[in-house]
Amino acid sequence: MIEYVSNNIELILTAFGQHIALALIPVVIGVVVALPLGYLAVRRDWLYQPIVTISGVLYSIPSLALFVVLPVIIGTKVLSPLNIIVALAIYTVALLVRSVADALRSVDRTVTQAATAMGYRPLKRLFGVDLPIALPVMLAGLRVATVSNISLVSVGAIIGVGGLGSLFTRGLQLRFAEPIIVGIVLSVLLAAVCDSLIVLAQRYFTPWVRVGART
Amino acid sequence: MITFEAVSKVFPGGTTAVDNLDLELPTGKITCFVGPSGCGKTTSLRMINRMIEPSSGRILVDGEPIAAKDAAELRRRMGYVIQHAGLFPHRTIVDNIATVPFLVGTGKKQARARAVELMERVGLPENLAKRYPAQLSGGQQQRVGVARALAADPPVMLMDEPFSAVDPIVRAQLQQEFLRLQSDLGKTIAFVTHDIDEAIKLGDMVAVFRQGGHIAQFGTPQELLEDPADDFVTDFVGRDRGFRSLSFDPAKDLPVRPMSSLPDGISVAVDDDGRALAWNSSAFGSRTRPLGGTFRATDTLRQATDVAISSPVGLALEIDDAGRPVGVISHAEIAEHLAAVRSAALADSGSRSASEGISP
Repeated sequence: MIEYVSNNIELILTAFGQHIALALIPVVIGVVVALPLGYLAVRRDWLYQPIVTISGVLYSIPSLALFVVLPVIIGTKVLSPLNIIVALAIYTVALLVRSVADALRSVDRTVTQAATAMGYRPLKRLFGVDLPIALPVMLAGLRVATVSNISLVSVGAIIGVGGLGSLFTRGLQLRFAEPIIVGIVLSVLLAAVCDSLIVLAQRYFTPWVRVGART
Repeated sequence: MITFEAVSKVFPGGTTAVDNLDLELPTGKITCFVGPSGCGKTTSLRMINRMIEPSSGRILVDGEPIAAKDAAELRRRMGYVIQHAGLFPHRTIVDNIATVPFLVGTGKKQARARAVELMERVGLPENLAKRYPAQLSGGQQQRVGVARALAADPPVMLMDEPFSAVDPIVRAQLQQEFLRLQSDLGKTIAFVTHDIDEAIKLGDMVAVFRQGGHIAQFGTPQELLEDPADDFVTDFVGRDRGFRSLSFDPAKDLPVRPMSSLPDGISVAVDDDGRALAWNSSAFGSRTRPLGGTFRATDTLRQATDVAISSPVGLALEIDDAGRPVGVISHAEIAEHLAAVRSAALADSGSRSASEGISP
């Protein structure tokens, strides 16, 4: 095992780096797209149901099918990593739009109305009151989306776009367990670290949640 | 002064919440909007800071129509307190209080210093400054709500059932402190409540709303109790209104008899400093009876009557500020006094309306 790792360290690190990029770039894109969409779903009540339904349908498309079909739709090369990034960004948006909308809807109306009555303008209220209070629920959604992306990237190896999944295919082809074990361990580790980072960020940015739970 | 001129509000569903309302809220006074639920009192309040726009008519503050003003700017000049306080859960107490100063660009340091000052003013210990709202009791949160509304020293305060979500003891305390605060500050306050007792206790003026957004009566608490406009107001004001109206008559005018007029066998035991301690009566045997209650010149007829009725010798004892007996009066004598005062008031208002009748 140690021998395999030391002999193939460069290959493993490359795969790991690709995995991080392929999983996390879509998370960033997803957040940027989902925030305004979720806000819209709350501000225009009639948009909530369609937006939530469409995102539910999008999330139910099997990942492998999406990876294969995307090049045809957006005109990328079959082996382009862009396919994975776009596909995972779609999943992230699908997951987060609902989180963002529900998080914003969960903010106590007496609090938002008090904010307006004290003289907050809409945009300032969104960033100063609504979003900070909605943050814990949104971050819970972000944790699910991030971990789910990290595991989904592995599927991309089947269509040959790198990442830790390439260690799985290699192990299977060579009937050789070591690359598979290394791939699984790194993938789980990455998911655990990312998850913990979000939890830590939540603790740092929302100290009021814990004090509230105590009383 | 806040003026409603023929203000109506019809909601999209066709419900008329407020119907052709004319009303004047005097500067520096508390005006209570009271009425059953769905009578348009909260809608009326929320039109003052443009949270709701009237369907017709207009509202003026100090003679200027508010419709022409920027809504956010207008709201920053009007403190707003609601039921359950509506504090920001993600901000500390001191930052909650400093909300409006932050909005208008006051420096952080200055705004927070002022917030801590206000905490003391509304009876909050300074060590709560860095806590979050969830760590405070309901009564404390409501105090923060009041402090937050006062932070930018707005001339107008809008209060929507601010004390109705706390228990009766805390409520009585908050009401008392609110009156004390207002006597220092003299804000122009619109105060919504469904509790007629609260309206009578707090209001300088009371507007009784009825279903459909009409005003059934607008007057001082005393006018409502002594001269309700119709059956609706009579019902709403409640059964004890006669007794409660005694709260507005001062005890100082009572024809109290000197202590020397006490009947034979009845006396008041006093301590070395001459302070009243207990009733002595030959009818009690060797025992004394507790005073049970006394009144002072600064009390009201309600207090004096209550003392007279509950006294073991049938007499209410008046004491001075040092606690020494001044005189006594029976409840029959209080009733005679009251009858005389009331008939004089009726004759007075009768002659006044008669003279108004002939003026051009």
